Amino acid sequence: MAESHEEFKQFNVDLWKFDGHEGALIPLLQSAQDTYGYVPEKAMHYISHVTGIPAAEIYGVVTFYAQFRTRPLGKNIIRVCNGTACHVNGVKMLYDTLQEELGINYEETTDDGLFSLVSVACLGCCSLAPVLTINGEVHGRLNVAKTRKIIREFRTRTKASEQ
Amino acid sequence: MKTILVGLGTCGISAGGEKVYRALQEELKEHPGTFELKETGCIGMCYREPLVEVIDDGESHLYAEVTPERIGRIVEEDVIGGTQIDDWLALAGGQAEGFFDKQVRIVLRNSGIIDPGSIEEYIARDGYQGVTKALKEMTPEEVIKDVLDSGLRGRGGGGFPTGKKWEFTRASAGDKKYIICNADEGDPGAFMDRSVLESDPHSVLEGMMIAGYAIGADEAYIYCRAEYPKAIARLRQAISQAQRRGLLGEDILGTGFNFHIKIKEGAGAFVCGEETALIASIEGRRGMPRFRPPFPAVSGLWGKPTNINNVETFANIPWIIQNGGAAFAAYGTENSKGTKVFAMAGKVQRTGLIEVPMGLTIRSIIFDVCGGIIDNKRFKAVQMGGPSGGCIPAEMCDIGVDYQEVNKTGAIMGSGGLIVMDETTCMVDVAKFFLTFTQAESCGKCTFCRIGTKRRREIPERITDGQGTMDDLDNLEELSDQIRAASLCGLGQTAPNPVITTLKYFRDEYEAHIVDKKCPAHVCTPLLTYTINELCNGCTACARACPTAAITGEKKGMHFLDQELCIKCGKCFTVCRFDAVTKD
Ligand SMILES: Cc1cc2nc3c(=O)[nH]c(=O)nc-3n(C[C@H](O)[C@H](O)[C@H](O)COP(=O)(O)O)c2cc1C
Repeated sequence: MAESHEEFKQFNVDLWKFDGHEGALIPLLQSAQDTYGYVPEKAMHYISHVTGIPAAEIYGVVTFYAQFRTRPLGKNIIRVCNGTACHVNGVKMLYDTLQEELGINYEETTDDGLFSLVSVACLGCCSLAPVLTINGEVHGRLNVAKTRKIIREFRTRTKASEQ
Repeated sequence: MKTILVGLGTCGISAGGEKVYRALQEELKEHPGTFELKETGCIGMCYREPLVEVIDDGESHLYAEVTPERIGRIVEEDVIGGTQIDDWLALAGGQAEGFFDKQVRIVLRNSGIIDPGSIEEYIARDGYQGVTKALKEMTPEEVIKDVLDSGLRGRGGGGFPTGKKWEFTRASAGDKKYIICNADEGDPGAFMDRSVLESDPHSVLEGMMIAGYAIGADEAYIYCRAEYPKAIARLRQAISQAQRRGLLGEDILGTGFNFHIKIKEGAGAFVCGEETALIASIEGRRGMPRFRPPFPAVSGLWGKPTNINNVETFANIPWIIQNGGAAFAAYGTENSKGTKVFAMAGKVQRTGLIEVPMGLTIRSIIFDVCGGIIDNKRFKAVQMGGPSGGCIPAEMCDIGVDYQEVNKTGAIMGSGGLIVMDETTCMVDVAKFFLTFTQAESCGKCTFCRIGTKRRREIPERITDGQGTMDDLDNLEELSDQIRAASLCGLGQTAPNPVITTLKYFRDEYEAHIVDKKCPAHVCTPLLTYTINELCNGCTACARACPTAAITGEKKGMHFLDQELCIKCGKCFTVCRFDAVTKD
């Protein structure tokens, strides 16, 4: 089944490290998301075509796991930790500040496409609570001023790199 | 020559450790040959990162909260000049007094000491000696006996005796068996496993190899949550180093033992920490638990006998094999042997990672090891065991950390997250937090866990909104009992614990919310009242910050807050520098 199909030509087949092993579905979806920033519907059909797993089942797996997104996100992804330690140490302040700076709620993207705000269960950096990550980079022991500064710096940096 | 170690675990990096490392690289260019620069993992003092250690012939100076600006002086005065800078030492002024005194480091034996990216350094500290001894000098049965003798119980939360589990899996019929390392660490407030994987990945690999030999498995998986990119990178590197040295692969150490380890990245689902759900997830399906028996020891991955253990459980194994089960069992209490790693977080002075012998009291952990409560506030409770655990009130914290003692309180030992709470933590809000968590993470298979958790979450929501009734408390208890009885896996079965313990020990707080419409900890916004008191000098900061123009007043005159317009956002309270806004 590994031969590529006409309508999937636009996908870079090399990215889909399918080795014929069972259990490859989640790694395949992860690699699709790494490539596109989300899992496009077409990728699900393509994976179905390559692996023989029904597309409906693949969709079921995609929607089960919090990591997978079916819509694209902004350029910079801000993940706010909502673990116990962050909760106790003031994640509300963090969320309020982000909401003020960005004008968006969790699971939303700013109009300029620069930032998406995502809530995560726990980032495991509890000793630094409250914590957020931007594109995987951890920022801890946040207060209002520090949070604002980080966001503003990111905004300037992203805008500068676009020009 | 002197060696300089920089802590570059996730805690060190987020505190700015990489910038410090780069500054040291620059210094090294300027003064070539003066020192050797290395990175290390986490020593546990996350609260004082970035940490830089200058080592010279066994003597060591540990500098805390180092910035790139401080590097010049450290290199000049300490490394080159040979005099330590007292003010910057981590231990200066009693800052870390007692932090290491009561610790016994078995799991964390190498953390913060070796470079986790170097297999040589692991080997230099007796690494891979345990597996060598097992393969060359012991039969699988002897290995299992040592683990049984050690009294080691699973550190993933369940506390099942590890030796017993190995025995079962060994006894299961089948020529193909698997080892799985559970590195999903989903409990919010827990980071022991992340830190061990980042700081000493080889100890986990070695533990898995010994398990493989003991039960007769030649293939293994590490299921690591995707939120831990650094840990995954460390594991990849460690596996390929071990392969290159012939410590993983075919015919290991010429003994005919074969062992292969693969990494599977999780995809963000708490329930996948449950063993049968984890196996479903490795197989590429939705991670939903199934009924047990059959236990994985009989029918696990791809239907084959599978032994699944937690990261910390595995990290103990090489030490146990090397030193003997009795040496491990010498620590601890009657039914809880050895040590336990705890991730300290919340309102405690020293947040980070500690390892103490079982039986040490919770109070001693918080006050002697971790320096007590931040700002000398009143210690109220400690949360143990995450969403499956409970809140132990301060009055009961003289119990030792021991599986049975902790269970008696209604909490559980759990995987090791210890969240300390003070007078500013609202216990109803904490219960709401865990109920929200379990509701969001329920996989949806069992009706009571799927729908019951939602209905149950609404109760503390009502209460913290000021809409609660006393009947709500009875309903909360009843619904919790039903969810416990009608759920298949531990997620639903233990989900009532946070509620039951807070109701039992902090009923007065629930009642204050319901009857007096007050939140004693001043956390639940709808129950707060802000007023401006006579300390107001009319600086106008609050009026300018107020988003609803609820505050009026002349410059230099006392201001007034209109309760009708107030949305209780707390901005006035935050901006006031004269304590003139009262929150009640
Ligand atoms: C909802 C749920 C989540 C769990 N999460 C984890 C986890 O994150 N890490 C872990 O090691 N065990 C977790 N467990 C326990 C595992 O099912 C299993 O008991 C454990 O991995 C066995 O290893 P041990 O005997 O070494 O503790 C979880 C159990 C349940 C019910």
